[in-house]
Amino acid sequence: MNVIIVDYGSGNISSVINSFKEVANDKVNIEVTSDLDRIKSSDKVVLPGQGSFKSCVDALNKINGLKDTLNEFATNNKKPLLGICVGFQMFADIGYEETETKGLGWIPGKVSKIDNQDGKYKLPHIGWNQINIVKDSKIFHNIESNSHMYFVHSYEFIPEDKNVISATTDYSSNIVCSVEKENIFGTQFHPEKSDKIGLKIINNFINL
Amino acid sequence: MLKNRIIPCLDVKNGRVVKGINFIDLKDAGDPVEQAKIYSDGGADEICFLDITASNENRDIIYEVVEKTSKKCFVPLTVGGGIRSVEDINKLLNCGADKVSINTAAVENSKVVIDSSKKFGSQCIVVAIDAKKNGDKWEVFTHGGRNNSGIDALEYAKQMEKNGAGELLVTSMDRDGTQLGYDIDLMSKISSKVNIPTIASGGVGNLDHLVDGIKTGKASAVLAASIFHYGKYSVKEAKEYLDSKGIPVRI
Repeated sequence: MNVIIVDYGSGNISSVINSFKEVANDKVNIEVTSDLDRIKSSDKVVLPGQGSFKSCVDALNKINGLKDTLNEFATNNKKPLLGICVGFQMFADIGYEETETKGLGWIPGKVSKIDNQDGKYKLPHIGWNQINIVKDSKIFHNIESNSHMYFVHSYEFIPEDKNVISATTDYSSNIVCSVEKENIFGTQFHPEKSDKIGLKIINNFINL
Repeated sequence: MLKNRIIPCLDVKNGRVVKGINFIDLKDAGDPVEQAKIYSDGGADEICFLDITASNENRDIIYEVVEKTSKKCFVPLTVGGGIRSVEDINKLLNCGADKVSINTAAVENSKVVIDSSKKFGSQCIVVAIDAKKNGDKWEVFTHGGRNNSGIDALEYAKQMEKNGAGELLVTSMDRDGTQLGYDIDLMSKISSKVNIPTIASGGVGNLDHLVDGIKTGKASAVLAASIFHYGKYSVKEAKEYLDSKGIPVRI
């Protein structure tokens, strides 16, 4: 099996690479590339993302044909794809960080700033928070509700169809922190930085 | 509910862990990779490396240390010390650091924080403020506590938030190494002044000091070095203590 971590200049992805390699333990091939043919022929794709929604979308668009290739992979061929943090947020139609920016549109919805309730909640939402699992998701196999995950973000994904939501976390409001829509998976938190329990989620995705 | 974080800090010099009393009298407390692994296995919420290597020729050692550590440690890793430029930040992130902590460069050249937070995102930019009390205010020190910039620490904290810092690591120079506890007055003033998370540092001698840093100092996270290094307390004991005092922690 071949899992590709998409390297599109979205900031720091070394932790994602390290964690997937740790879990794969040489049994699964982990490749880091933005090569379109390699992505097309791979079994699974991981879409990381750090920085702003706009900077990630811009970086994705800069690589000729990457967006179309990912579209084909995820929506036509329906192969498993995991988006992490801004990689997950980009599933939305639109994001409002920096300026209004069009997302991938795989899951209808928007990405807007977390309401800090006049300074009551500090932003970014940084640190360990518990997830509330609201529906069975394949990546949550053997993961209990209330498990701690590591978060770093100031914006939240608000999907239109609440049925895609697999987990939420409580910070200012119930923030959507995980989705599953057919073959498309996403986490707002960072499984690659969420200790052993995070590695378990990565393991679940690899073993889908 | 978001949990308060406990962050053990490892002072690293020439690739080895050391920790000083008031920035001098260094003792060797082991290999950074192994130490970081012990901490992350023991429940540390994050690991912080502070590189205090003085000579330029040994500065590259930290990259190897970070690279090795990030392959073993699956909790966030923050690296600070000697960061001068956006390029230095880029190198550390590429080696596997999740965040960088910027001190002197943030004072001397505001563009470093502005540019790096734009380029890599605020989430990985921590501004470290070394502050020392002078009369009824605190002044920001640079160069590992050697130079007084004369800048007011509270104003500076607000400015760094504007420049794009994602977190502030606030160290009391007066308390660092004394084991007398954080400068709670300084902490609470800075925490109330900004809308980004603050990390309390400098002076922890017992577990009540951690409680004070969070409850009274309003810090989102507490950083400590010596109490963990020399086995006085484990991270687990610290968390259980905080939990018993009603502070939300990840257990």
